[in-house]
Amino acid sequence: MSTIAFKKIMVGFAFSPNLKANIYEALRMADYFRGELVFVHVGIKTPEKDSLFNQIVASSPIQSQKISVHWRVGDPIKTLIQASKDFCVDLILLGALKRENVLKFYLGSIARKITRKAKCSVLLLIKPSVERQPCQHIVVNGFDSPQTKLTIEAAFMVANALGAKKISLVEEISRSKVAVAVDDDRSLRRATLRKEKLRRQEQTRVKDVVQKLPTVLTADINWTTQSIFGKRGYSIGHFAKVVRADLLVMNAQENLSFIDRFVTRDIEHILAELPTDVLIINLKGNE
Amino acid sequence: MNKSNPFKQFLGDLPKNIFSGFVVSLIALPLGLGLAIASEAPPIAGIIAAIAGGVVVSILGGSNLTITGPGNGLVIVILSAIVGMGEGDLYQGYLFTLAAIILSGLLLFIFGFFRLGALSEFFPSTALQGMLAAIGVGILAKQFHVMLGFTNVKGNTINQLILIPNSIKTLLANPSNELVLASGIGILSLCFLFLYARIRNSVFQLIPAPMWVVITSIGVIYYYDLVLKTPEVLGPSLMITLPEDLMASLPRPDFSKILSSDFIGHTLSITLVAVIESLLSIKAVDKLDPLKRRSNINKDLRALGIATGISGFLGGLNVVTVIARSSVNVNNGANNRSANFFHATFLVIFILLFAEQIQKIPLPALAAILVYTGYRLATPENLFRIYKIGKEQAIIFVTTLVATLLTSLTTGIILGILTTLLVHVILNKSGVLFSRNWLKPNVLMYLEEETGNYYVSVKNFCSFLNFFKLKAKLDEIPPSEHAIIDFSLCEFVDHTVMEGLNDYSRSFSRQGGFFEIIGLDVHEAKTEHPFAIRKSLPDSSLLNFEISLTKRQKLLQKLSTILNWEYLPDPVSNYADLEKFFYFKTKWVNYRYNNLESKNKDFLLFDLSYSEGAFIAKEDLKSTFLQIKVPKKIPVFTLDKENFMTTILQLSGLQDIDFKKHPDFSKRFYLSGENIKSIRSFFTDKLIFFFESHPPYYLESNGETILIRSKERLASIQEIKQMLAFAEELLKILEKK
Repeated sequence: MSTIAFKKIMVGFAFSPNLKANIYEALRMADYFRGELVFVHVGIKTPEKDSLFNQIVASSPIQSQKISVHWRVGDPIKTLIQASKDFCVDLILLGALKRENVLKFYLGSIARKITRKAKCSVLLLIKPSVERQPCQHIVVNGFDSPQTKLTIEAAFMVANALGAKKISLVEEISRSKVAVAVDDDRSLRRATLRKEKLRRQEQTRVKDVVQKLPTVLTADINWTTQSIFGKRGYSIGHFAKVVRADLLVMNAQENLSFIDRFVTRDIEHILAELPTDVLIINLKGNE
Repeated sequence: MNKSNPFKQFLGDLPKNIFSGFVVSLIALPLGLGLAIASEAPPIAGIIAAIAGGVVVSILGGSNLTITGPGNGLVIVILSAIVGMGEGDLYQGYLFTLAAIILSGLLLFIFGFFRLGALSEFFPSTALQGMLAAIGVGILAKQFHVMLGFTNVKGNTINQLILIPNSIKTLLANPSNELVLASGIGILSLCFLFLYARIRNSVFQLIPAPMWVVITSIGVIYYYDLVLKTPEVLGPSLMITLPEDLMASLPRPDFSKILSSDFIGHTLSITLVAVIESLLSIKAVDKLDPLKRRSNINKDLRALGIATGISGFLGGLNVVTVIARSSVNVNNGANNRSANFFHATFLVIFILLFAEQIQKIPLPALAAILVYTGYRLATPENLFRIYKIGKEQAIIFVTTLVATLLTSLTTGIILGILTTLLVHVILNKSGVLFSRNWLKPNVLMYLEEETGNYYVSVKNFCSFLNFFKLKAKLDEIPPSEHAIIDFSLCEFVDHTVMEGLNDYSRSFSRQGGFFEIIGLDVHEAKTEHPFAIRKSLPDSSLLNFEISLTKRQKLLQKLSTILNWEYLPDPVSNYADLEKFFYFKTKWVNYRYNNLESKNKDFLLFDLSYSEGAFIAKEDLKSTFLQIKVPKKIPVFTLDKENFMTTILQLSGLQDIDFKKHPDFSKRFYLSGENIKSIRSFFTDKLIFFFESHPPYYLESNGETILIRSKERLASIQEIKQMLAFAEELLKILEKK
């Protein structure tokens, strides 16, 4: 099948009201990806916490054979990042939360910091749930970048694993690429033609990527493309919300320079708003 | 239009444009003189501005039918610059102001060069109206005295307003011959201007009212001069004086104050008003253009900047685009920029040939024209119109008006912006919505690949603060296309945006496109006015639901009368049968609204508010559904595009029913149901072909009724019509079975 797999999944957990949902989701994910689970808690191990944790794990209808639990002390972000390196995990699973609630927002911000530093893929769940919420529609970025091919492949792999039937490949085309400012009727016509051309180019490029994927991955999935002219990283999030996607798959940020900290760009828009569950594909660690 | 030979076309259109340019020059002459006098500049300054504008902008500009010249709005700022910087010496003040005008021309050019035209959207429309009204009051207050024959009433606008009864009293108490004649000319001119529009005679209307006033009053002066042999019946202070030799008497702009804060302040406010007035006028003229062209705003700004610079060097006022003269231009059949050029040419001819006659124009006649202009800017009708839109708009309007009158124009508009912001914060009971989302992108626009429609979704809030972002996207949609603007993710939409969208809607319908606004139906509006502020309703106030109809609702209403169906916009919570459908198994129905029901109760179309999940994971949704009763019992089934729902259904043990004979149908649709055998026999070739050849809807049968949904969002009127047609055809096929 695919060359991409999430064999080892690390779950950072905290004793929040969402603990049960997070654990259940993690067990389910491990089941879908047939992977091994590594639970990491940053904090001191106490008998109560340990038994609570074990109790919840035991109560889940889905069980996994390969579970390990680690208790570490230190700065949450650094510790989790270190752990992900130590255990050579393929995927970090985090129960991030939507930004409405201040307390939750704080937890979400930890998730975001990890996303920025992690050397592996990260899955942010904005609404972990005890019951299974089926994943039906996946939106994946298709912009022109060397990473995109792997990201699209990963999206199809995930769609197959989770049973999603629909994938929308979104090509965000920066407005600067149109290079025609709309001032009057003539420039509008030129801009429209130019956009049409760009749209076709981008679509061919993305379709090409998908068609080169093994048919095992693509056969059962209804995939469509959609070009959007707009701010990169923002449009796709808004789109995911409009079409009510269940999962958004994105490239990891290529390089986070010093300036990127101050300028909101690309993936940062999505991390700030989390329109839906987000999977950030980063396969550098594997190569 | 003959595209192959534009030059021939241009030549053919030339007579029309020359004529139109001539008519415009008839109104531009008195206005140019009057506006210059009102600004305490030499009368010729206004004519210079009109000539410079007409020549430069017609060659370099980006708009088609606009006329450029000295503007009404600038009177107040230029007046305060001349009086303020002159410190008693008006001529010296004028020289300083010329420097400020040249500089503002440069700024205007830079504005256009960096394509900052869009920034003007940053002004809330009501505050702008308040500012314009204040300018109107300013002109009126000052010129009313001149109209009565008093030229030396000094002081700021408020003082001059207060002194108006005083001037009338003096006139009645001490009626010298000169005063009686002056005030007679002034008052009769004013009455004529008010009555002019009532006179419906095409020959008479050919000459614009201001020109009638000027010609008649020149006639009166000549009558006194030649028949009664009383030259100089009105003192020189009440007459226009033109320089003897235009070329020799060119003033020299004085740049010596250029670094003083005074100078910079005046330059900025002149530029601000010039930009605002020009852009408002350009937009308004585009709406009048019979050929539906779109002006290149930034190119026009650059041309106006150059024209202003030249005008300033020659001793003229700022060049802006002016709405009144432009509309005269359109009405007289102009169809390209040459009309603006000819208007300038005729002005040159007038000045060269009729300099003597022009000097016979009495100031009270010009003042009457200005009083009328001021009144039109500040007419109380404006306040009533704005009050109808909403009380809060009236508050913004009055605040800006009063603040502008009491302080300066820039302070006034800044206070207007702050008031608008405050009103929005109060209406929302919090400013978090604005502060958190102001600088973030909030607009998504894409071409829906299935339908070919442009879909625009707006998030968070949309007000004057970020309307430019939405506008930038809307400007990229060709107005001959179908655009759908969805506000269902947007909590607050203000008046500026509603008004702006109305402009778009008009330009789309003018060019054969569709511009539909959806997702505003459950936003609360305080008044019936279509431009009223709309705010997302909190759940609790749903019970005392009293909203005015949105455009979409009105269209639905219209549709209902065409179909002779019942239409009920109010939400109802009677949805018991809906929950029987599979679709709502995992969803929570809130209420149904915009119900459209056929007389025999077979068709029921409605918007539905429903939600998925709970607490933090709660997702509120709104979609349009159509429910139809079928003639006889049919199997229970669900038909969907191969996507969303399919996994849920598969989880509950239902499998996709495929037809070997129809691979395309099987691939595109997900069909499921308990009784596979009866479903298979129900789906005849004809029915399958019907589904294949129509847009894919979500369709669910519960045996007696069929539920149809197009998208998981509200459907536009067009989409609703398609849905209804789809359902009717489907029923026909089912009836034949």
